[in-house]
Amino acid sequence: MLAAIRRFFEARDVLEVETPLLCPATGTDPQLDFFSSQFNFPPNRPTLFLQTSPEFAMKRLLAAGSGSIYQVCKAFRNGEAGRYHNPEFTILEWYRVGYDLRQLMVEVAELLQQLLQSFSAVLPTKQISYQQLFLDSTGLDPLIFSVEDYRDCAAANSLPEAVELCGDDHALWLDFIFSHRVQQMMDKDTIYLLHGYPAIQSSLARLNVDDSRISERFEVFINGVELGNGFYELADPLEQEARFDKEIAYRLSHGLPAVAKDDAFLQALKFGLPDCSGVAIGLDRLLMIALGSASISDVLAFPVAPFEAKS
Amino acid sequence: MATFSTNEFKGGLKIMLDNDPCSIIENEFVKPGKGQAFNRVRIRNLKTGRVIERTFKSGDTVEGADVVDKEMQYLYSDGEFWHFMVPDTFEQYQADKNAVSDAIKWLKEQDVCTMTLWNDSPLSVTPPNFVELTITETDPGLKGDTSGGGGKPATLESGAVVRVPLFVQIGEVIKVDTRTGEYVSRVKE
Repeated sequence: MLAAIRRFFEARDVLEVETPLLCPATGTDPQLDFFSSQFNFPPNRPTLFLQTSPEFAMKRLLAAGSGSIYQVCKAFRNGEAGRYHNPEFTILEWYRVGYDLRQLMVEVAELLQQLLQSFSAVLPTKQISYQQLFLDSTGLDPLIFSVEDYRDCAAANSLPEAVELCGDDHALWLDFIFSHRVQQMMDKDTIYLLHGYPAIQSSLARLNVDDSRISERFEVFINGVELGNGFYELADPLEQEARFDKEIAYRLSHGLPAVAKDDAFLQALKFGLPDCSGVAIGLDRLLMIALGSASISDVLAFPVAPFEAKS
Repeated sequence: MATFSTNEFKGGLKIMLDNDPCSIIENEFVKPGKGQAFNRVRIRNLKTGRVIERTFKSGDTVEGADVVDKEMQYLYSDGEFWHFMVPDTFEQYQADKNAVSDAIKWLKEQDVCTMTLWNDSPLSVTPPNFVELTITETDPGLKGDTSGGGGKPATLESGAVVRVPLFVQIGEVIKVDTRTGEYVSRVKE
């Protein structure tokens, strides 16, 4: 699979890069928990983080004029372990200078089809908006929040605990219903390219110019499994900093570990990030799909903790 | 009572849910790419035995249930309650019909079983996986009967009825798997 990925990008003239796994700063996303470590280097013994994704470093390269780049590396997320999660996993991340989201989605589909063709028949692809899929599966409009309708939907789907769990947090309701119903209802053996995510759910994507309720973000799914996430990258350093500040404030108010903004990354944005789109694909999960494995531990030589598949 | 965070969830953990003690059967971590993580949990209600699915926000805590399993000896029944004793401490417990339910048909007096206690009162009784019991009633076997083919019902001293091969006779001791209710073998005295 790795060889096939390298051939794919070589044929398209995308440069392979490497960036540090151990970083002086990390992302502020309140939903991502990171590993931190102490660099034993007197006098100040700085804290270093294991990256949750190579995004910031790769964007710094883009700002420095690298052109389109890709990387296969490890990423680390603390507290994540389960059938589809291992705290250390392999990521394929790439950025296309001058691409908008549509062009990148086409490329993602081509890559996936090429990678999976030796395992199965060519999979059909389905491009659909988040809003449309949500409507089709549940009858709810994800962009319009009406607590009553959401509650009715939860009750109808025998998920009564949602009412208490989600309260009137719109983003939480969307996450809940999406992961409990919409994902289950996707067609099998189809590459879903889901675009137009609600703006409340993305911190590094641009907003849609025609509709500020949605962002220029897409996700890839096969068999209801989320494989990757792509953005039309936010290049405005002030907007980016504002979103960081908001997330840092959220972390503070929710008792989550504090993090500092990645100043080098913000500097790079100020210098100028070229218009580009980027996406990251979880390769372990892709391998699970290729091999029909029920658990991520089946495709890892040494998983952190073996998790039994559902019988 | 202790509380448990969702990241301590694992099969067998006992927690309180809707005021009933429950046991976690299976815990699955669900996380949308950039969103809130959930723990989708399959849970058995220890009072009713029903299995339900429930979702928690990852990081939330729930109250643990004071549920313990103890080995006990079945003493006797007074018609309304069934009496059990912890062999080393001689502590006695009385269990009602709901608690003993089907398990009691596998137990004869003096037998050891597992009692599940909630807040120190009997919640359920689990018989050993295999029990050895004497047959009190069954049709007489006919000459020429072998192990092959057919079978007949036999009533055991504890009251349970199991299907046994034709050659097995009244007064013989047999070994039964209580999980399936099936005859395993004859036991040589």
